[in-house]
Amino acid sequence: MLARHLFKKLPHDLYKITLIDPEPRHYYQPGFLFIPFDQMKPEDCYRQKTDYIPKGIQFKHAKASLIKPDENHLLLDDGQEIHYDLLVVATGTRIAPEETPGMLGDDWHKNIFDFYTFEGAMALRDKLRDWEGGKLVVHITETPIKCPVAPLEFAFLSDAYFADKGMRDKVEITYVTPLSGAFTKPIAAEKLGHLLEEKQIQVVTDFSVMEIDNTDKKLISYDGIEVPYDLLVTVPTNLGDPVISDSGLGNDFGFLPVHKNTLQHEKYHNIFSLGDATNAPTSKAGSVAHFQAELLAANIVRYLLELPVQPDFDGHANCFVETGHGKALLLDFNYDTEPVEGTFPIAGIGPMQLLNESRMNHMGKLAFHWIYFHMLLEGKSIPMITPQMQKSGKHLETIHP
Amino acid sequence: MEKLIAGKAVDVNAEGYLTKPEEWTEAIAEEIATQERVGPLGARHWEVLRYLRDQQLKGSALSIRGIGKSGVVDIKTFYELFPNGPLKKASKIAGIPKPASCI
Repeated sequence: MLARHLFKKLPHDLYKITLIDPEPRHYYQPGFLFIPFDQMKPEDCYRQKTDYIPKGIQFKHAKASLIKPDENHLLLDDGQEIHYDLLVVATGTRIAPEETPGMLGDDWHKNIFDFYTFEGAMALRDKLRDWEGGKLVVHITETPIKCPVAPLEFAFLSDAYFADKGMRDKVEITYVTPLSGAFTKPIAAEKLGHLLEEKQIQVVTDFSVMEIDNTDKKLISYDGIEVPYDLLVTVPTNLGDPVISDSGLGNDFGFLPVHKNTLQHEKYHNIFSLGDATNAPTSKAGSVAHFQAELLAANIVRYLLELPVQPDFDGHANCFVETGHGKALLLDFNYDTEPVEGTFPIAGIGPMQLLNESRMNHMGKLAFHWIYFHMLLEGKSIPMITPQMQKSGKHLETIHP
Repeated sequence: MEKLIAGKAVDVNAEGYLTKPEEWTEAIAEEIATQERVGPLGARHWEVLRYLRDQQLKGSALSIRGIGKSGVVDIKTFYELFPNGPLKKASKIAGIPKPASCI
């Protein structure tokens, strides 16, 4: 997305853009939530990346293994070393089940599943198709994670899925989080707390998993609390790409520290980053990467013209939260403003409702699949959706000081 | 909202977390720790609290993993020092926001 924005903005005789990527497929990751419930076909969840790269951008099918920021060099896994004048790190985040003792034990992809990878979502789909019920535990290992609402959506969709199959009474759903609640923001907690009770989802809070016992099928926390499971759907620790930590540039989680508003590296000014790869304290969400791409393209052009970069990124995220039975919530927030009620994208009209369940929001999420492949990946902006958060249409007066 | 803690008027949110970390003092930490049934605060507690404040100033997300890797304290000890939800309790005593999700 960023490469396409830059390709449009920069004169091609002066600037050469190279895209280095080890993965030939571009996945529509929101689809990974629907695959386990047979609500999206696997083949609708990806496209070939080369279909979206304009002629004129060089595509290297390789993995970066080391950044040498003092030399402006990048080492690739095929042994090639290339020079850059400006580097954008967009290596995302990955799940690291190996970080939790017992997660990759005998139960992995038998009774313990992730749904943050295509393979994990597919394996879980096959499991759910003929699972006969029992204790379903939806679990977050630690934060930060990509798409923080996805595990909650998974719990909501499970409730609806088993109800539709006529076996909801055979499934006990427990949501296990290291945070202080399923909802941690005051307004969301007040407005949405009832959803868990209505859907009969038990919640275990402040749970930091120390290990998983595959024999007795239970999660064990550092303070000795045990949560038994028959089927464990976990979000493993999320880490940045090894290229960041191997280059000595990462924080504890291997994410790249950048200025949260300019997305520029604090020390190496010719390194920028966006999306899940950064340590920016906003959600690791697709919408964030898309808003950042628009603003970062402008900042990169400024940098190349030797103009000061602008602190334009405000942490804006816009996320649908599927609640099951054809309904969804919509959240719109940034670094300073927690999700509140309101209308979106047109103030006072909508048609979508912020922080309230509606069918229109669910339709919005479904429509987004088309928008994603036909507009966002093409480097086009969505009409009325601005990269910075709009305050109009939001009930900001409900925020407690 | 404003609240008097250890004789000082400070801004707190509905859950009693300081909203302006710069208003924090050691006396405030002592008083919140007593309310949270932590302590009395010893040298190990203070090491952890100072580490958390440093991390927060740097803009890093707080996590159990980060603390475990910090070398300041191992995770078992962190739980012993701040029982029952150590991250949220230690953040409260350190005068910084608790780790949260987007909703």
